[in-house]
Amino acid sequence: MSLIMLSSPHAHGGDSIRLMMFTVVLALLPAAAVSIYLFGWLAFLLIVSCMLSALLTEAVCLKMMKRPLSTLLDNSAALTGLFLALTLPATTPWWMAVLGSVFAIILGKQVYGGLGHNIFNPALSARVILLISFPLSMTTWIMPMSSAAPALNLFDFSTCATIFFHGTNALLTSSHLSLDAITMASPLGHIKTEATLGVPIADALNAYDYSYLDAFLGFEAGSIGETSALALFIGGIFLLARHSITWHIPFAYIGTVLLLAAIFNQVAPDQFATPMFHLFAGGLILCAFFMATDPVSSPVTPVGQIVFGVGCGVITWSIRSFGGYPEGAMFSVLLMNCAVPLIDHYFRPRVYGHHVDDQDMGKS
Amino acid sequence: MESMNGLIYALASLGAFALCAGIVLAIAQKIFHIEGDPMIDNVDALLPQTQCGQCGYPGCKPYATAVAGGEAEVNHCVPGGERTMLQIADLMGVEPKELEQEASAPMLAFVREDECIGCTLCIKACPVDAIIGAPKQYHTIIADHCTGCTLCVEPCPVDCIDMLVKPELIEHWAWPLPDTKRSQLGHERREQHAGHA
Amino acid sequence: MPAMLRTLAQKLGLMAHTFPGGIHLDMHKLSAAAPIEDAGISPVLILPMKQHIGVPCTSMVKIGDKVLRGQKIAKSEGYLSVPVHASTSGRIVKIEEHAIAHPSGMGMPSIFIEADGDDNRDESLEPITDWRNVDPTILRERARMCGLAGLGGAVFPTFIKLVQDRRFPIETVILNGIECEPYLTTDHRLMVEQASEILDGMAIIMHMVGSSAGIIAIEDNKTDAAESMQEALTNKDGMDGVHIEVLPTRYPQGSEKQLIYTLTGREVPAGKLPMHIGVLCQNVGTTKALRDAVILGQTLTERIVTISGDALPRPANLNVRIGTPIRSLFARQGLEDFSNIQVVHGGPMMGERLRHPDIPVVKSTSGILALSQQAINAAHTVENPCIRCGHCSEACPASLVPNLLADLCRSDQLEKAEDYQLFDCIECGACSYVCPSNIPLVHYFRYGKGQISLARREQVFAEASRQRSEGRDTRIERENAEKAARRSRVRKTHAPKPAAEPTTEAAASTDTGSTTHPDTKPTPEEKS
Repeated sequence: MSLIMLSSPHAHGGDSIRLMMFTVVLALLPAAAVSIYLFGWLAFLLIVSCMLSALLTEAVCLKMMKRPLSTLLDNSAALTGLFLALTLPATTPWWMAVLGSVFAIILGKQVYGGLGHNIFNPALSARVILLISFPLSMTTWIMPMSSAAPALNLFDFSTCATIFFHGTNALLTSSHLSLDAITMASPLGHIKTEATLGVPIADALNAYDYSYLDAFLGFEAGSIGETSALALFIGGIFLLARHSITWHIPFAYIGTVLLLAAIFNQVAPDQFATPMFHLFAGGLILCAFFMATDPVSSPVTPVGQIVFGVGCGVITWSIRSFGGYPEGAMFSVLLMNCAVPLIDHYFRPRVYGHHVDDQDMGKS
Repeated sequence: MESMNGLIYALASLGAFALCAGIVLAIAQKIFHIEGDPMIDNVDALLPQTQCGQCGYPGCKPYATAVAGGEAEVNHCVPGGERTMLQIADLMGVEPKELEQEASAPMLAFVREDECIGCTLCIKACPVDAIIGAPKQYHTIIADHCTGCTLCVEPCPVDCIDMLVKPELIEHWAWPLPDTKRSQLGHERREQHAGHA
Repeated sequence: MPAMLRTLAQKLGLMAHTFPGGIHLDMHKLSAAAPIEDAGISPVLILPMKQHIGVPCTSMVKIGDKVLRGQKIAKSEGYLSVPVHASTSGRIVKIEEHAIAHPSGMGMPSIFIEADGDDNRDESLEPITDWRNVDPTILRERARMCGLAGLGGAVFPTFIKLVQDRRFPIETVILNGIECEPYLTTDHRLMVEQASEILDGMAIIMHMVGSSAGIIAIEDNKTDAAESMQEALTNKDGMDGVHIEVLPTRYPQGSEKQLIYTLTGREVPAGKLPMHIGVLCQNVGTTKALRDAVILGQTLTERIVTISGDALPRPANLNVRIGTPIRSLFARQGLEDFSNIQVVHGGPMMGERLRHPDIPVVKSTSGILALSQQAINAAHTVENPCIRCGHCSEACPASLVPNLLADLCRSDQLEKAEDYQLFDCIECGACSYVCPSNIPLVHYFRYGKGQISLARREQVFAEASRQRSEGRDTRIERENAEKAARRSRVRKTHAPKPAAEPTTEAAASTDTGSTTHPDTKPTPEEKS
């Protein structure tokens, strides 16, 4: 019999960090599958290299900090790698992917003291570091396999390996293709560029040959994991059903973006895109269901989570509509991450028996 | 010339602001004036009031006065232990210092009554009036009032006062920190911080 | 269902009130179908002096005394206290410290009775069959005399609650038959087998507090108990204001405050009692014991104990004499080897894990469990970092934020922890149960609460010491001033009147005499 003094309860539900992280990995599988369908070997190489390098970096960090290597099994580093891969453009070269993973694990997580102590979502902070450091690579979108006449066959391994290991330019020199022939702007990027030229949004989208169905299914340019709203919805609903996340953050976040978009689109349809466009464009759904709900860097309390979601929504929509960047989902989540301690402090639930004003206490 | 004007305006407005702030502060000082040094009472409130004199001062209040006046270090209170030291350091806004002496378990004085000669010397020595008795009569220590300061032991001419370890009551038992690595780690770090700083 | 939608629905009246948070447990009610058996009388019974919340009792017997069953052997020493009674007839063999179910492992002074096997009852208490015409204060005294304390596990002296206060009339009496802890089935079996007696007890309670409305709360995993109670209720006269509520099973529904909210939609304000909102809540076991005390004149000498657990060959519900060593009960149910077995006193969620099975059954023993290591699930030995998933906040029935609170307790930020309402934690364990990082949250809260109470106690003591010290200083100052004054007077009047000198001397000597009589009240120990 154990002599360790142990407090009740003497039972445990059996949930663990490992299971929770694994559930999220499972939920990302549809999006990962779609990314491979759209971007072929490029997506596969990215996902594998990001996950492996994240795990390796974590292992080195644990070793250096003299912590047990068994912590690797909690799946959090693998998840960070997968997250990062899904937010990258398909043409990201290997070294950039590896650098991003190293950033994510070291600067995003371990310098704060490891899992549970980071202020920012590790994958997102690495993605933003990459965006700022390599703006051109991070905004070059290759045409997905579904496009009418893809100039490249992304299911051809050697083509993909050339892009992945030697860069897009190496492929262009060897295949005599021009960059414009294999890349296209993302819908958000397109309307942002056209808006600076004064073109109304509807016309810009017509010229782009935009369709809501394509955007919903994912047949458009963008980061490998964020294009398919359908796949992400499936994963999000899985997470909600498995009780890994609660509805508060994704609903508040997406709801706020939709509401703002609807109001402004009614007032000035030429300058502000429709709610549906906002919903399916860019990384909104990926961020709302997977990034903003990262437990470590989001508020704990339900009301706090709603405040957090609304904040993310306002910032995302504002950056998309007024900012210099075409997409603001990642920035908004990172900005709201900063506010989490404050939100947690001020939006605690009312404790049982406190501030019960509307009750009569006995009879006088 | 214009830049000269700007400079003058800036200086004048800043000066006016400083003047206003000065007046407000002066008035506030008059209104919220506090008699005496509140710091002494604040430090005194943190001390365990054993009046044992182990800090080198004749009692808790004198030590509080010395600490508040900056004449004494914050780590001299032995019975208060680390907690008291940290609290005083926090209140005074100074770095914590390592304790000079470990606090012992709480003690209790006990008079072996059949040996007591009723000299009243211990009664005079007790700083908290925890000993009762009259000349030529047995003395008794009120256990609930004794702070365990040991000041009564030395004056006793027949050495009939023992210091006993205060019995631990099951009602006063408190849960220790969980026996997990994480909680111990946090605790060690706190102690290290207190020790090295 | 999301908590906020639920709250909204409740506010709009679309849904019945239920307490926030809560979890669904594997109930493991292994002994649900086992009828209550009598466990017999152990050769030696061990009765700790304190078996309730409050002030300990003092022994009234000496070694060698003969006692009868039900005879008072330790008397209460204060208001919040109830006496202890001999649970069989026999001889007092020793009075010494013995291990009890306490996490500290510390013992408690206990009275050992060697049973004589005759089990003769002390018949000095008159049965009160005509209780409807008896003044409630007399019945209340009966409840106190009989040593009744909450048998659900909290052992709060029962008589304290059974009071009529004009400012706070009791509108609703709640009979708590929830029994939401896994494994435990004592209340369940009692409701199935002795429904009529329980209802008698409830009628007595309602008479005592002057209430005509009552609710019997049962969870929907005990339909047989609900049916049995319903049948008894239909056959009982004069209980028209009472109805049965079958509630969906959720832990910790049986917690008094949570149950009151579920049934009435009202919260017991922090720091107040249920009576302040006109509610009285009693456990079914206590209610049955009250009935026995009033109608049969029997003091509390036995209780129903569930003996269960996945490592026990024969789970059962036993009617056990208080003071029976639990090792003998385990042996009766076929368990003698305790290697690799964890023994828990009470339920797995709120009970105490024991270091050894050598403790007696006391009034709070609702169950004793022998659990295998797997059942305990290696809980809380490897603590992982908090990933702030918020499952603990979702599970908390008091709407606290357990992960923040645990952080504050761990880092000794106790003032802030109090600010975050640490003391509203009911220690139900729901947060620790769901924590994916295996953080022993309840343990941290207990640590925090203990440290705060310790600091408070020290502060009160320090304040008293400071006042005594200051009193002594002013007295010494006054004496010195008087001495100085006297000296100067002596110096001034070189030739005083001969009579004046002794008077001052006498006054002075009485003054010095007062040194030996400090301004503390003299105690009886003072020898004269």
